[in-house]
Amino acid sequence: MNALIVAPLLIPLAALVLCLLARRWPRAVAGLSLLGALGLAAAGLALVGLAAEGRIIAAQAGGWAAPYGISLVVDRLSAAMVAITGIIGSATVLVAMARDEDPARGRDFHPLMHGLLVGVCGAFITGDVFNLYVWFEVLLVGSFGLLMLGGGRRRLAGTVDYLVLNLVATIMFLLAAAMLYGASGSLNMALLAQQFAAGEVPVTAHAAVVLMLTAFSIKAALFPVFGWLPASYHVAWTPVSALFAGLLTKVGVYALIRIVTLFWPDAGLAHEVLLWVACATMLIGVLGAAAQMEVRRILSFHIVSQVGYMILGLALATPLALAGAVFYLIHHIVVKANLFFIGGIAARLTGSERLPAMGGLYARAPGLAILFAIPALSLAGIPPLSGFWAKFVLVKASLDASAWMAATVALVTGLFTLLSMSKIWNEAFLKPHPAGEAGERSDVGLAPALWATGALAAMTLAIGLGAGPVMDYAMAAAEQLAAPAGYIAAVLEAGGRR
Amino acid sequence: MEIVASITVGLLVAIGVWMLLDRSLVRVVLGIVVLGNGINLAVFSVGRLAGEAAAFVTAAGAPAAAANPLPQALVLTAIVIGFALFVFALAVLKRSWELHANIETDRITAVAEEPAPDLPPPDGSAAWRDRP
Repeated sequence: MNALIVAPLLIPLAALVLCLLARRWPRAVAGLSLLGALGLAAAGLALVGLAAEGRIIAAQAGGWAAPYGISLVVDRLSAAMVAITGIIGSATVLVAMARDEDPARGRDFHPLMHGLLVGVCGAFITGDVFNLYVWFEVLLVGSFGLLMLGGGRRRLAGTVDYLVLNLVATIMFLLAAAMLYGASGSLNMALLAQQFAAGEVPVTAHAAVVLMLTAFSIKAALFPVFGWLPASYHVAWTPVSALFAGLLTKVGVYALIRIVTLFWPDAGLAHEVLLWVACATMLIGVLGAAAQMEVRRILSFHIVSQVGYMILGLALATPLALAGAVFYLIHHIVVKANLFFIGGIAARLTGSERLPAMGGLYARAPGLAILFAIPALSLAGIPPLSGFWAKFVLVKASLDASAWMAATVALVTGLFTLLSMSKIWNEAFLKPHPAGEAGERSDVGLAPALWATGALAAMTLAIGLGAGPVMDYAMAAAEQLAAPAGYIAAVLEAGGRR
Repeated sequence: MEIVASITVGLLVAIGVWMLLDRSLVRVVLGIVVLGNGINLAVFSVGRLAGEAAAFVTAAGAPAAAANPLPQALVLTAIVIGFALFVFALAVLKRSWELHANIETDRITAVAEEPAPDLPPPDGSAAWRDRP
């Protein structure tokens, strides 16, 4: 058993406990939290290094051989997701360290964030359906606390929407897991995949998978069940909404990719439904953004629209399309979290996040304008930034599969995204501030946040300019996803206690 | 025995969904509990309910009259998690009552849709709550 495989769980868990113990010293909490997040990123990158060789690393909890023990599995997709989680976690800690008027908020933020990261990483590396449910609950508990952080009427109201819909989704997932166990007698994903491939499962198991995919669709904010996302993400504290924007819906997307590629690897009716859902998600999300006049509300609707692209890759089910989905996941998490960070900094500098009340940022902070332009143009898919390659691969895969409508929707959505981004650019950056110089706020204490956004923008540039190696990795990850036999063999052959 | 459990699950889920669709947040939160307990019962009944023997596997093999203990372990986990989330939902409910003096779900959504509050002027000393 490779000890590195449990590092993504142990590192944030240790950081969580240490942050709680050091509660009385806020600086120590922030330092420990940053250390934990960087450690998670390092462990993730080490896993990427191992997974890049093509090996699927599997371990059995407690030394019980699969399918009796709980399996932990890291393939290329899981390793990349853990690494990106660590990177976004580190950036979020840095942004949270920027001077805040409320010291208690920063202190409570760090342990809750690491609690969330444990759940996210657990969901990425588990190979067991019920265990996936537990990790979803862990991240849900962390996210409830984070969403309420700072308090206030509006935040509470947003939490109610988030709470109710996510609890319903979780309950659906629990029922689906139980149905799957009742129908097949196993919860181990690899063994289940083997049974599905051999046609040994009753029709109830397929019904359970449909229910499970519905639950994940709510988590991933797909059309028509995305309502909770734009109703809640804009009320949270900026670092929190950036963390959610980067990671939470993507856990749902990851679960959809994992379950569909393992249980239903061949294109079928489910893939056709997913294709329509993906197109509707892309279009409705981007049109919803057009009506909004607040930075974070616009960005929230764009999350919905971008998730559609990833599901498009999953629905087409060819290796190229899956590679596009994996590339899109990696690119999107970095870009989206960064846009939320920059939106928060812009709000701090202009005193508002309502576009009509913002302005003058281009003249005042040209560096921030460039930092905004990089992820914004990447989100819209302008070459040579990372978003262009992600969209290029997905559109090419759609054309290869003769999915003309999907390709058209993907391109039109890109155009509308550019429209939204230029709206933010015109209103917040180009236009003079409506209140003149009186509206400008001090930028004291923002340095760590600027460093974090700069680093993420550099990553976007690097993924865009060095797209070759990243795409090679995504292609290799897609090959693993498209041929689940390797995954099944790796898990079932990883023995228990020797 | 399973048929009774199945009918109970169906009833609980129906009541839970009906309550979830109510305008009052109290009913919505209670609806989640009823729905959750219905599903817990469904998870529990997955491992058969008829068995009366203890599920100990000995060298002589598994007892024929035993229920599958795994769903029982699963439902225990789910009950614990569900209870924790219910407590959080109750806390949110109480705070909603205090802050909004109204727990109609439509009104709560309307509050979340309100325009973002602006930061106070640089010399102001307004409360930090609700800031971005």
